[in-house]
Amino acid sequence: MLRNALSSAVRPAVSQARTATTLSAGFPKVTRRPSSKYGGVYTVTLIPGDGIGQEITDSVKEIFEHVNAPIEWEQYDVSGVSSSGEVLFKQAMESLKRNKVGLKGILFTPISQSGHISWNVAMRQQLDIYASVVMCKSLPGFPTRHSNVDFTIIRENTEGEYSGLEHQSYPGVVESLKVSTRAKADRIHRFAFDFALKNNRKKVTCVHKANIMKLGDGLFLNTFREVAKEYESSGLTFNDMIVDNTSMQLVARPGQFDVMVMPNLYGAIVSNIGAALVGGPGIVPGCNVGREYALFEPGCRHVASDIMGTNRANPAAMILSATMMLRHLGLDNLANSIATATFNVINEGKVRTADMGGSSTTSDFTTAVIKSLV
Amino acid sequence: MLPSRSLAGIAQGAFKHSKSVRLFASAAPTAAFAGQKGSNGKYTVTLIPGDGIGPEISEAVKNIYSAAGVPIQWEEVSVSPVLKGGKTVIPDASIESVKRNTVALKGPLATPIGKGHVSLNLTLRRTFNLFANVRPCVSIKGFKTPYDDVNTVLIRENTEGEYSGIEHEVVNGVVQSIKLITWDASERVARYAFHYAQSQGRNRVTAVHKANIMKMSDGMFLSACREVSKEFPSIKYDEDLLDRVCLQIVQNPKPYADRVMVMPNLYGDILSDMCAGLIGGLGLTPSGNIGRDASIFEAVHGSAPDIAGKGLANPTALLLSSLMMLRHMNLEEYANRIEKAALTTIAEGKTITGDLGGKASTVEYTQAIIQKLQ
Repeated sequence: MLRNALSSAVRPAVSQARTATTLSAGFPKVTRRPSSKYGGVYTVTLIPGDGIGQEITDSVKEIFEHVNAPIEWEQYDVSGVSSSGEVLFKQAMESLKRNKVGLKGILFTPISQSGHISWNVAMRQQLDIYASVVMCKSLPGFPTRHSNVDFTIIRENTEGEYSGLEHQSYPGVVESLKVSTRAKADRIHRFAFDFALKNNRKKVTCVHKANIMKLGDGLFLNTFREVAKEYESSGLTFNDMIVDNTSMQLVARPGQFDVMVMPNLYGAIVSNIGAALVGGPGIVPGCNVGREYALFEPGCRHVASDIMGTNRANPAAMILSATMMLRHLGLDNLANSIATATFNVINEGKVRTADMGGSSTTSDFTTAVIKSLV
Repeated sequence: MLPSRSLAGIAQGAFKHSKSVRLFASAAPTAAFAGQKGSNGKYTVTLIPGDGIGPEISEAVKNIYSAAGVPIQWEEVSVSPVLKGGKTVIPDASIESVKRNTVALKGPLATPIGKGHVSLNLTLRRTFNLFANVRPCVSIKGFKTPYDDVNTVLIRENTEGEYSGIEHEVVNGVVQSIKLITWDASERVARYAFHYAQSQGRNRVTAVHKANIMKMSDGMFLSACREVSKEFPSIKYDEDLLDRVCLQIVQNPKPYADRVMVMPNLYGDILSDMCAGLIGGLGLTPSGNIGRDASIFEAVHGSAPDIAGKGLANPTALLLSSLMMLRHMNLEEYANRIEKAALTTIAEGKTITGDLGGKASTVEYTQAIIQKLQ
């Protein structure tokens, strides 16, 4: 099952051992049943999501069509803008459960208390895709304030502050429960160490706030230390850091981080800081993996309704997430050529969307990637 | 004192919500300084030098103050915990001193890591009801970081939220940590934020939240902010998701120069340190804790036991905090003079301490500032 990390995806343009989407063997493979594959074609659930989702998944579809990728989409245009999409949401969930693999944009979540709960979170919890993987890596050809950023955020995706358990015990007094369990801490830490080993990483950092939440984050930290013992002879180093210090270090000296593992909420914060360091949410790919399912989505979960429908969104994050999906399905060659083409377009710097300081449209970028594929 | 406060609260007309509930809690809208000069024409301020480098940097501040002729006399106390009735507590004399003077300046405290110790900072916050933590971060000329246009102000709710300290292990391996949000505390900090914005000439308040996930708790925080915003028609009010704020500040902090951000405890903790990272770390960032019974201004960096007593420490953070204190006490002129002297000294870069890339000792740096004062 586990393929050698080094054999994976080396971008010819830059001779480095890993790329921003190197994920050759990081995930637990689907165990009970292979993903739906009929006649050599994989069926994958596609949920474009709200905001710019439609545009950036169109870009992926176009590219996949061009390379004749053996992927058949089962598309569900779920929208979280109103609660009426619930039927479609349920259908999408069933599709995901059938196909085991999905590609997804971000669904809008209303802020009002009467609105529905976050369907993004509901998906992660129901499918138990507990590990969110977000890759933050400086891209050649696109300098930002910091160079040499290259870290991966492994975020617990199913519990913590996102438990959704809240109540008003008295008018004006609200309690919100953060649930931390040893079992879930254990598996996410294992995932992080395994990921580090398989992707040739050197260091695992546990991010926490155990000085204040002595029991909750204390459990997370202690479990980390216990799991670390089992990887003692692997050559991986490990340390832990308090979340406020982490965010300070990230914006000052991001080079010190390699693989970072953390509870849910801190993951939201750190992945956004990480994305900002390398150039924005438009270029940071990500995915959510569990024992049975894998759902690929941009690493930085923004709906971006402000530029929706204007053909200005950067599809790179979605394209790169899709290449991670291809690798997950074992279609490494295809993944590599698409990723390489995408990186080449960014590196050349001629076709850039507004978030990267250019004026090209989403479709321009897609066309450029397709051209670069030839 | 109390009756007048509650009258003030009613006069503000703020309490549409839950009239019967603890009126006094938000009745001191701004916690304005009300101290009187002593017979020698000076205000008495409690000084808590703290641990590690604390005494050295406090000495530096004292010297600069006497050189500038600031009408303040210090009352030095220690807050090292003592045993009382089987519990470790802060000495009564120190608490009395802060209560009497209502203003204190505090160096770093070493919180022993491990079991059973409640953090001293937390104890101080609770004892004096320090409900708002004010954290301004301004780029300092002469100390180069990747960001040179930072000018943020962040106000953090300081008494509850994720730091409520209410945690329990339900069964082995399952921990619940409770984030507590109350209307009173939210409203109180919101009111201070608006007041601060008004007095500092920032015309916008942004509430930072995660109410799409924590609909009730952060939702209530937002409604409290909205309610208070109606009392300040001259100040713009908006709300932004924590994720987006992290992303945007790290990508480009400049737009945040026009506003005050207000947020619950944990987010404030993380974001304030992140902003500090943008300008070069905690050694350059001041902090003030505003309370109902007293206000404590402090250096938020650690006690740096490794360089304690060597005369190498950088007193800037404590000095800048003390300037916030002077402004709180309406001693604006002295604050401006000292600030100018300190900032020019750093900008010149000749006599700066090791952490800023110079070679000067604490004393040399202090002397350089004093010379600029004359």
